[in-house]
Amino acid sequence: MTVAIDRATGKRRGERDPRPGLGRRLRHGYQKHWYAYAMIAPVVIVLGVLVLYPLVYGLYLTLTDANSLNTARTIGVNHIDATYKFIGLDNYADILWGPTAYDRFWSHFVWTIAWTALCVTLHYFIGLGLALLLNQKFRGRTLYRMILVLPWAVPTFVTVFGWRFMLADGGIINTALDALHLPSPLWLEDTFWQRFAAIMVNTWCGVPFMMLSLLGGLQAIDHSLYEAAEMDGAGAWQRFRYITLPGLRSVSSTVVLLGIIWTFNQFAIIFLLFGNTAPDAQILVTWAYYLGFGQQPRDFAQSAAYGILLLAVLIVFTSFYRRWLSRNDQQLAI
Amino acid sequence: MSTSTAPTSVAKAGRPPEAAPRKTARRRGRRGPLATLSTHGVLIVASLVAFFPVGWLIFLSLGPDKDDYLHPGRIWHKMTWDNYTFVLQHTGFFDWLKSTLVVVLGTTAIGVIIAATSGYAVSRMRFPGYKKFMWVLLVTQMFPIAVLIVPMYQIMSDLGLIDTYLGLILVNCSTVVPYSAWLLKGYFDTIPFEIDEAGRVDGLSPFGTFLRLILPLAKPGLAVAAFYNFLTAFGEVAFASTFMLSDSNYTFAVGLQSFVSEHDAQRNLMAATAVLIAIPVSVFFYLVQKNLVTGLTAGGTKG
Repeated sequence: MTVAIDRATGKRRGERDPRPGLGRRLRHGYQKHWYAYAMIAPVVIVLGVLVLYPLVYGLYLTLTDANSLNTARTIGVNHIDATYKFIGLDNYADILWGPTAYDRFWSHFVWTIAWTALCVTLHYFIGLGLALLLNQKFRGRTLYRMILVLPWAVPTFVTVFGWRFMLADGGIINTALDALHLPSPLWLEDTFWQRFAAIMVNTWCGVPFMMLSLLGGLQAIDHSLYEAAEMDGAGAWQRFRYITLPGLRSVSSTVVLLGIIWTFNQFAIIFLLFGNTAPDAQILVTWAYYLGFGQQPRDFAQSAAYGILLLAVLIVFTSFYRRWLSRNDQQLAI
Repeated sequence: MSTSTAPTSVAKAGRPPEAAPRKTARRRGRRGPLATLSTHGVLIVASLVAFFPVGWLIFLSLGPDKDDYLHPGRIWHKMTWDNYTFVLQHTGFFDWLKSTLVVVLGTTAIGVIIAATSGYAVSRMRFPGYKKFMWVLLVTQMFPIAVLIVPMYQIMSDLGLIDTYLGLILVNCSTVVPYSAWLLKGYFDTIPFEIDEAGRVDGLSPFGTFLRLILPLAKPGLAVAAFYNFLTAFGEVAFASTFMLSDSNYTFAVGLQSFVSEHDAQRNLMAATAVLIAIPVSVFFYLVQKNLVTGLTAGGTKG
């Protein structure tokens, strides 16, 4: 078992031990490749048709001025042909440094970065704290775990509406704040509080995943290490610092990366929490969606251009992250 | 050891409270009453926070009037199941249920089948283009929906697949397949290569090895991928909201939004529907969650 794992991970990195792969390759040669290609053919076709082709088509759209008024469409029995034209990189130029570019792109960009950083930080530290608590032995542990997983168990599109009822003006949260003589902000109308509410709801939704992943990581740490450390007189903090944290490193780097990607791309929460009512609280993903589908006329070209920019940001970030990890001699699980 | 029996008196007796327990080699997992108390305190607060929004939704779903969410106190006196009977009898609930099931099960089945073959291929075979392929799988996982939704919409409307189940299934597959393939590759990696070799020696073709030896062994991994696909497809909002146009084709994620429009907000019915949706899915989630978590982070723990 362990041999296979080591071999597999070693080969996955492709640097440490290329010998067996090479030997295998030479022995089985062409015949083997043929099977390999046959096996990945379905996924290549699916990804080609469903991802690559739309991606290329989307890239093409970003170079045009396509919107819902000039694309091909069918109204009743009449078919209207597409009349949009090629305009080169104008969309990108307009988004990045056109007039009012700050309001349209950069303000959302800054907010998206802040949103991602805050949410992932909160997810990680709350998740880690709860995981550490749950990793002890005491009565009722399973029950706590069951309840704490609830935000993940219930579909997001359901719980967001629960939050909307609570955050509404006159909803339970403001009633409670009033009763305590605290100011009751307009959660769903005022920009700052919209952002606050979005982060709050997303944190609530995202903590369980972190908690369970980190709990799994904690339970995988060898107990004899703790016993040995205790023998040597290490205190609680030292055990945490020199055993727990290093033991969690590989799980952490994976879940943090996943968390960043998921939060950066988080659509459902902001979309369902505010609909079209909060232009300033939209992160880039929901803003791109708004441009493409939430307004009339629908601006397909700009929306697609936002999408491409977003993807570029993510790819650059991920490659830096991986490089940073490999410099620190870690590898990513995904 | 002694701490669990008479700890407060020890502390009150004036001994240094920190030094004493540290010297009496306290076994791991046992701790002072103060620590236990604060652990429970924190966990109880966290549990309340985790439970409250869901509980509140359930509570509101029992109030008969659509503005009851503003006056929760009144609900106590007039709790009723009327919302539930109304939703089941007079709304498109069962239409939504049908389309949700078609879309979700279709996505799950197609996604797992496709991902399994390619996951096996990348786990066992090194072929030219291997690294590029893995990179593509990785990058596709982080596609924001904004990248694909516009061109997808155009392509789907060209093909007449807007507002059809097949269209939504295919679109969902684009998000589900890459991740499942990664997941399954990780699982196949844990199955010893010697099994493949044994199968090969006994005269099975690579396909035969895959179908007869590896797939049965990989059942837990396949199940995890299926759970993941199921839950992802079920919770998908953006594509479903954009591509499903007619009321009877709505999945739950879209149907639930339709209770609140610009003109009317039937929040009581919405709450009842939300509860009806949430209960089976949450039960399913609890049944599978252990596998789901270990599967998702398997790569991380084996480091």
